[in-house]
This record gives sequence, structure tokens and C-alpha cells, in this order.
Amino acid sequence: MPIKGTDVVKRLPEAGKKNCKECGFPTCFAFAMKLASGGATLDKCPYLTAEVKAELEDALAPAIKLVTIGAGSNAVQIGNEEVIYRHEKTYFHPTAIAILISDKDSDAVAEAKIKKVRDIQFERVGLKLKADLIALQHESGDKAKYLALVKKVCASTDAGLVLICTDVETLFAARDVCGDRKPLLYPITKENIDAVIPRVKQSPTPLGVKASSIAELVPLTTKLKAEKIDDLVLDPGSKNLTEGIRDQTFIRRAAVKQNFRPLGYPTISFPCFVAKGGLKEALAASAFVVKFAAITVLSDFDQHSLLPLLVQRLNIFTDPRMPLSVEEKVYDIGTPTEDSPVLITSNWALTYFIVSSEIEGSKVASYLLVKDTEGLGVLTGWAAGKFTGDSIAPFVRKCGIEGRTKTRKLIIPGLTARIRGELGEALPGWEIVVGPREASEIPAFLPGFAANLKK
Amino acid sequence: MEYKAAVESYTGKVREVAIGKGPKALKIGGENALPFHFFDEGSIPNPPKFALQVFDSPPEGWAKWVLEPFQDVISDPVKWAKKCLDYGADAICLVLESTDPAGKNAPAEGAAQLVKKVADAVGAPLIVCGSKDDKKDAQVLSKVAEVCKGENLLLGPVVKENYEVIAKAAAENGHAIIAQSPLDINLMKELNIKLSKVFPADRVVIDPLSSALGYGMEYTFTIMERTKQTGVIFKDAQTQMPIIADVAGECWKTKEAKENKEQGILWEGMTAISLLLAGANLVVLRHPETLKLVRETIKQG
Repeated sequence: MPIKGTDVVKRLPEAGKKNCKECGFPTCFAFAMKLASGGATLDKCPYLTAEVKAELEDALAPAIKLVTIGAGSNAVQIGNEEVIYRHEKTYFHPTAIAILISDKDSDAVAEAKIKKVRDIQFERVGLKLKADLIALQHESGDKAKYLALVKKVCASTDAGLVLICTDVETLFAARDVCGDRKPLLYPITKENIDAVIPRVKQSPTPLGVKASSIAELVPLTTKLKAEKIDDLVLDPGSKNLTEGIRDQTFIRRAAVKQNFRPLGYPTISFPCFVAKGGLKEALAASAFVVKFAAITVLSDFDQHSLLPLLVQRLNIFTDPRMPLSVEEKVYDIGTPTEDSPVLITSNWALTYFIVSSEIEGSKVASYLLVKDTEGLGVLTGWAAGKFTGDSIAPFVRKCGIEGRTKTRKLIIPGLTARIRGELGEALPGWEIVVGPREASEIPAFLPGFAANLKK
Repeated sequence: MEYKAAVESYTGKVREVAIGKGPKALKIGGENALPFHFFDEGSIPNPPKFALQVFDSPPEGWAKWVLEPFQDVISDPVKWAKKCLDYGADAICLVLESTDPAGKNAPAEGAAQLVKKVADAVGAPLIVCGSKDDKKDAQVLSKVAEVCKGENLLLGPVVKENYEVIAKAAAENGHAIIAQSPLDINLMKELNIKLSKVFPADRVVIDPLSSALGYGMEYTFTIMERTKQTGVIFKDAQTQMPIIADVAGECWKTKEAKENKEQGILWEGMTAISLLLAGANLVVLRHPETLKLVRETIKQG
């Protein structure tokens, strides 16, 4: 756990009794509390000695370093996690998904993979879901070939890069081709670390540190940190998923529970090496998404294996303290016409997904009005006054549904049958129909209702 | 700075529940460590088990790639169940869909006879699921309990509305039950406390309600993770039952699973993997390829 406010205050000027207010806070104590919760920065206090400042900076740093790979709009941030289990707070930076391209792959294979990372994307709850990184592996032994691959990838996409190459000369030659993108250089090991340090000091870029165990990572990250190189990503060398879960768990524990700085960095995992092939690789990647990996590298994917992984990642990284919501508007299910049914529900993402998928399942083209309830379900939304006659009526008027359909029957969720009267009064011209209590009953209800509507 | 691995130990232990009889009987639970934490102190004596679904009547609306492995047996639950065992299932989950009052509303007696027939023919552990109508399930599952006396079935779902009737019949006839509560750890404990007055706790499996990837999976995930931790770390007796994740129905009804075979298998597979990591001890699946892939993925070593 990071340092507490009450410990910070002891290090402030005059043991926290100066209270000069120059930081903008009424007391040193208030400033210290803000520092500990991340709401203020140390530079606001003009009286700290360099030594104390450095010490506090280190103590206040997040348990897991935030590392950025790539530059510009495609930069990927990983790390900065505060907890082991999502119910303890939330996870902050979703596992970055990478595709592996080897310089032994044919041009056609390489191009197809580049295209997948660039083009396969999905939209869900208003978010754009896509893969994040391209990992380029030097296997051919031919430096020119590797550099040509790096150039090709740079020319055709602006995705973030992981450069995988055991030959330091070739690795840095490749880095020089794409240095402005801040690629992750991998693997940095006890064998090459001394050759790597001066080059990275000259021109910083994140490093993927690899050892054959967690314990062996420690001297490497300690050495790099002493050289002020700390944009690091850890690979404990797990040989299979069982070891992967073990190593990832121990690293997360060390960082978060033991506050052990040498392991306070995000991690990388390689389903492409531990679970060779197809669907098993995607399943192993999904296990690493749950079990703390900040990057997971797949040998390949297509739209049908990437979508489940992206949705799984979205689920795990959803903030459990905040319900996901969808935009308030009219959603067309199928191709509704002027005599299609009109239904209304709340904007909790889960409610929306379930209701819309049941309407789809009933094969009746419909209009689904989604009312903003600040992400609450219909019943809690009603209880909070956000799904009531008075709040729904103006939305129905202004959402534009009246211009799109002649239907003037509005189906409300059975759970909120009690608003039928007040909504009818607030919405003259509309008949309010109480629909099923459960979304799963929609396929039994809707076809008959729609047939009557058309009569 | 020297690194010392933070090996943890636990004081709580999940109850071990046995299902079925004879050589194919299986045990779930019994661990006193968090899921897949082979590196901590404690033991995980029973690896996760997998059941495949069998329906009492030919299913409707299934994608062709789910139907395909069972094409020749969908009208014969006995053959269907045997096929599931050939595909490597540890148990059969027999779904009494036709008893649904909103559907065919088949009577309890016939359903119970069918369960008996399947139980006699396959000799593998059976999970018997009602139609999820609490009143009808009370009739159907108690009848099943009676007719299949001594088979040690796992009957469910048992909910707060019908637990008394089903638990009584299960206790009298030597079966285990699935206690189901709607995604809420307090409601789960409440039901388990009520159950404990009429039913032995070491015959209960908990179902905190499974949802599919993209359709609320994160809620199930977190409830399962917390349930397991509450039992194993904090020794709460009311959460120390093995957990069942019935993901088959929820996953295969999503539009994503119906869109494409590979996508469907991964939808079911990733939901299963996530919930196994959260603490599920028994997973109900529909597609035999999912079973094979998930089992290989979580295999130790």
C-alpha cells in the first residue's frame, strides 16, 4: 500500500506544523492528505529539501508504475493498478492486446496481421474496442530483413510497437527506425543489460525486462532504477499458464501488498509462446486478462477470436463502482417502420444489452427508447426518480420518435407498471402498455403485440 | 532489497460435495486455497469439473454449430447423454425444459421417469435442472428426488421461494441441491442459512447466477470471487460451498454466439475461464469443443 497522509505530514516542514498555506491548502495536514490521495503534487510546497522531496516522491509513487508505450493518439498506457482484486476498488488500465509478427513470416502474412490490428474494431457501450500493439520478432538472423519489417509496419500503421530481438545491435538499429514511437524493447536480460543502459539513457524508451524467475528480475530492475531508467515491463519467464498465474499473482502481491518497489511495474505475458495455436491461445490470453497481465501477446487473431477477448477485457476492467451506461436516444432494432412497436427502458448498459438482444431474438423490428437513468436499472431508476412519468414524458416528446412512427402505444417494463397512470397523464396522445416483467419474456410477448398493431 | 515471495495460507475450507454414485461419482470443492493458487499453502484436492447439457426434448433456436455435435441424438436424451460422456463430460446436466409452464408444461411424473431412465442408462453423475419456474420446479424436482431415490443427483435451481419443498424431498431421498440466489452475496447467505435448518450444508452447491460475457459476466465474476474469498479467507460458513457456473444457456443465447462458430465457442470458453478463475468448481457447458479447449487450457503444467 502507498504511504498514508499521516506519515506524509511528518516529513513536511517543521514536522508539518509550518502551516504557511503557500501550497493553497489551509494546513500542512490537509496538504499531506491530498498528497497521499493523489490530489496534489509535491512541487506546491516551496520548503521541501531535495532529499525529502525525492524520498516523498518515491513513497507517494503508485504501487505499479504507469508506463506508456507508443506516442500520440495510439499511445497505450499500462500499469498504475492499485488493487489485486477488482472488487477492492477497480482496475484502471486494460490489458494491452498485441499481435506477433515474425521477420520469418511471409510478406502476405505480415501484411494481413498489420491490417487486422488497424482495421478490426468494434463498438460497444459507446467505446471503441480494438487491439493495441504489434510485437515484431527477430527470428531470421538477418538484420536487414528485420529492419525492413519494422519500416514496413511503421509505414502502414501508427500502432504502438514491441520490438522482440535478442541481438542488441539489431534491437537498437530497429529502435532507431521507430524511436519516435517509444517502442517497448524486449528482452532486456542479465546478459545484455550493461550494453543496453547507456543507449537507453541517451534516448529513453520503455524496456521489457526478462528473467527466468521473479527473484532474478529484482537485481535487473534495481540496477535500471539506479540508472534512473524506470519505464519497465516485467516478464518473469513463465513457461505455461499455471506458472503464469503464479508469477503474475506474486508480482501483483509484491507491488500492491508488500509495497516492494523493484517489482512495482506492469507485466507482459505471451500466450503465443505458452499455448500455441488458435482458440487455446485466445483462452489463455483471457486468463491473463483476469490474472494481472498488462500486455498479452497473441500469435494471431481474427475478428471472431478478437471480439470475445475485447469484450471479456471490457467486463473485467469495468469499474464495479460505476454502472456502465449507454446513450439516451432511440435505438432501432432491425429495420423498424411506421407501424413497429415502441418500447422504453433505462440506460444501464446491462439492461440495454439484455432488452435489445431479447427484442432481436423475437424477430420483431422495433424502436427501443433508452431513457437516461444515470446507469441505473429500471426499478432502481424509478426509485431514484429518473424513470417516472414526469421524467419520461419530455424525453418521449423530444427524442423524435413521434415523427418516425404512427404508433402511439408505448410499452413500459412490467417492473414499473405503477408509472402507467402518471405517464399516461403526462403524455397525452399515447397509450401506455405494461410489458413483461422480465426481458426473457419479450419474445413471447412482442410478436402478438406487433401483429395487433398492424391491424 | 531482497525479494521474498508472499506465500499466503488460509484458515477456511470449502466443503467437499459428492455427486453421483459408483465408480463415476465425482467430488467438487474441498479446497482451502484460492482458485488456481497452487503456489500458496493449502490444497486443491479436486480440479474443476465439467458437465455438458442434455435436453429432455429437441431444442429449438440453436445455432447449427451447437446442434451439429448432437444432430443424431437430440430426440433421445439417453443417447445424447452417452454422447456427452464420449465427449469427455464429467457429468450430465439434464435440463427438463419441457416441464416449463410457459411452454409444453409437461407433468412432473413423466419428467421424473425420464431422469430415472437416463440415470440408469449412463451411470454418470447427473445434474437435474428444472424449468426455472419456482412453483413448477417444486413439483418436478421433488418428484424427481422421489423417483430417483439413492441416485445422489444434484437438483436445482433451488430458490428462496421453493427451498423447503425441494430440500425436504432431496434430504429424504439422498440428493444434493443447487441453491441459487440473484447475484447478491447477502441473499446467498440468507438462503444458505434458511437451508441449513432443513438440509445438510455439505450437500449444497451454490449458484450465484451466471451471466455471459458482455451480458453481466463481470457481476457474476466478482460475486464468485468474493464468495470464495469470504469462505476461504474469512471462514464464513455460509459461503463455504462449492460453486456451480451454468454458463451454457446464457452464452449460447447471445447474438455473438449465434453469429459464428469460433466466436460462439470462445464466448462460452472465455466466460467459463473467467468464472473458473473467480472460483467456480463445476461448470455447465453446451459445446463439446468448449469443454475440450477449456480443460486443456487450465490443465496444470
